[in-house]
Amino acid sequence: MDIFLQQLANGLTIGSIFALVALGYTMVYGVMKLINFAHGDMVAASAFVGLTIYTQVMGQATSLFAVIAIFFLAAAVMACVGIMLERLAYRPLREAPRLSAVVSALGASLMIQNGIMLIWGPQMRIFPELIPQVYWDINGVVISLIQVIILALSVTLMIALYLFVEKTRMGAAIRASAIDQDAARLMGINVNKVIALIFIIGSSLGAVGGLFIGLYYRGITFNMGWQYGLYAFIAAILGGIGNIPGAMLGGMMLGLFQAFIAGYVSSTWADAFTFILLILILIVRPTGLLGERVAEKV
Amino acid sequence: MSNDVLFEIKDLEVSYGSIAALKGISLEVRKGEIVTILGANGAGKTTTMRTISQLLKAKSGSIKFKGQELTQLPAHKIVKLGVSQSPEGRKVFGILTVEENLMLGAFVKTRMNKETLKWVYQLFPRLEERRKQLAGTLSGGEQQMLAIGRSLMSDPEMLLLDEPSLGLAPILVKAIFEQIKMIANKGLTVLLVEQNAKAALKLADRGYVLDVGKIALSGTSTELLASEKIQEAYLGKKS
Repeated sequence: MDIFLQQLANGLTIGSIFALVALGYTMVYGVMKLINFAHGDMVAASAFVGLTIYTQVMGQATSLFAVIAIFFLAAAVMACVGIMLERLAYRPLREAPRLSAVVSALGASLMIQNGIMLIWGPQMRIFPELIPQVYWDINGVVISLIQVIILALSVTLMIALYLFVEKTRMGAAIRASAIDQDAARLMGINVNKVIALIFIIGSSLGAVGGLFIGLYYRGITFNMGWQYGLYAFIAAILGGIGNIPGAMLGGMMLGLFQAFIAGYVSSTWADAFTFILLILILIVRPTGLLGERVAEKV
Repeated sequence: MSNDVLFEIKDLEVSYGSIAALKGISLEVRKGEIVTILGANGAGKTTTMRTISQLLKAKSGSIKFKGQELTQLPAHKIVKLGVSQSPEGRKVFGILTVEENLMLGAFVKTRMNKETLKWVYQLFPRLEERRKQLAGTLSGGEQQMLAIGRSLMSDPEMLLLDEPSLGLAPILVKAIFEQIKMIANKGLTVLLVEQNAKAALKLADRGYVLDVGKIALSGTSTELLASEKIQEAYLGKKS
């Protein structure tokens, strides 16, 4: 029972990170029908940006204010990078065949990855200990303050995003643009603005995910975006790509699944089982868990 | 009928790549009129409508609404000026509810006009009954009502209706056309694209006949209904 509860706690933590990152994939896909392969590398970049903000801007302070400021600044920097990415890599190809945009996405991914290596070097860097190492031992199940913060903050952000998309006017514009861009334009919706907005939201959430990876695993490398990006991408597909609650569900599920595989089988097998899970779900539900769409009459 | 021209297209040319879809058409719509554009498949009717709403960009020519040139504006600015379109194929947001579709129709308004919503529900009581239902689950006729209702939500001065009768049973066509008449009676100017020439001409004040990207004929509805060319080509009667 101990191992179950322990892996539950670990799984929810990594699941939250997967979910935050998966939201970036799913939102961009929802509106643009494009897999933004550079998203994982943006997540990695965020951890390095956070590191630099900590050492250069905050003077290595770890006060609550400094930590909050690091999160906001890193999210703001990554949001700007996200807008630039859309402008430079995707907007010029909006009318081009979809394969061109995919190639552009892969190119952007390599560029960002190599950019990180040029700026911060190829060796592993250690992310600062922004949050004190506080642990609680509850009947043999160890939970850290970092885990609690990651889970609480992720859930808060996801609820906020859900309410924004479902309840606000701009949220309605996002949903309309995801369904039919021309029809959205006929409503007076500026689709370019919507696309910029989803890149801002997706990149900021990804940035928070990147900082969480740094906080939780401590060691950050220039090419870690590939791995986390892939997991988050799988999470988005599991939940039904294009579907926002789906990405949240998929992320949490994948995190729990990997934690239980690591706990009961072996962590070396986690990747293999992840793909087996993906294949099984796609066989049973090709559109993902929540990816069901009402047929539209023509 | 007043004589002031509300809307004017001059020498409009639109092409898809090297294929010319509109080869220089001109037409005008006066305030309060119902004007119809008739034509067979591929004549350029929907191209005209999409170009007015700036979903397509003109190669040359001008489109003026109340003296303002539309061709240089992005698509999302057109509705705000008072030109709203119910597009061909309805294009309702299928996975959103009827109510959400109508609210999106009022996107350009800072606050949704409750009176307009009441009026739309009055025009189409079915929409009020089904307001919590997903638009994709409505019947074809109901989706058409929703598309028209949605385009009314921005309180436009001019309504563009692209083939509202497409795929509807004759009895529904009659109902939709009666509702268009009611909309026009409210003072809206209507530009109606149709293949159903007889029904459209009965409703409209004037009409233009589009033939492979050119205006082949124009005149008042009475003139067009009486014209032999129209009778032959579009109404299926040999005189």
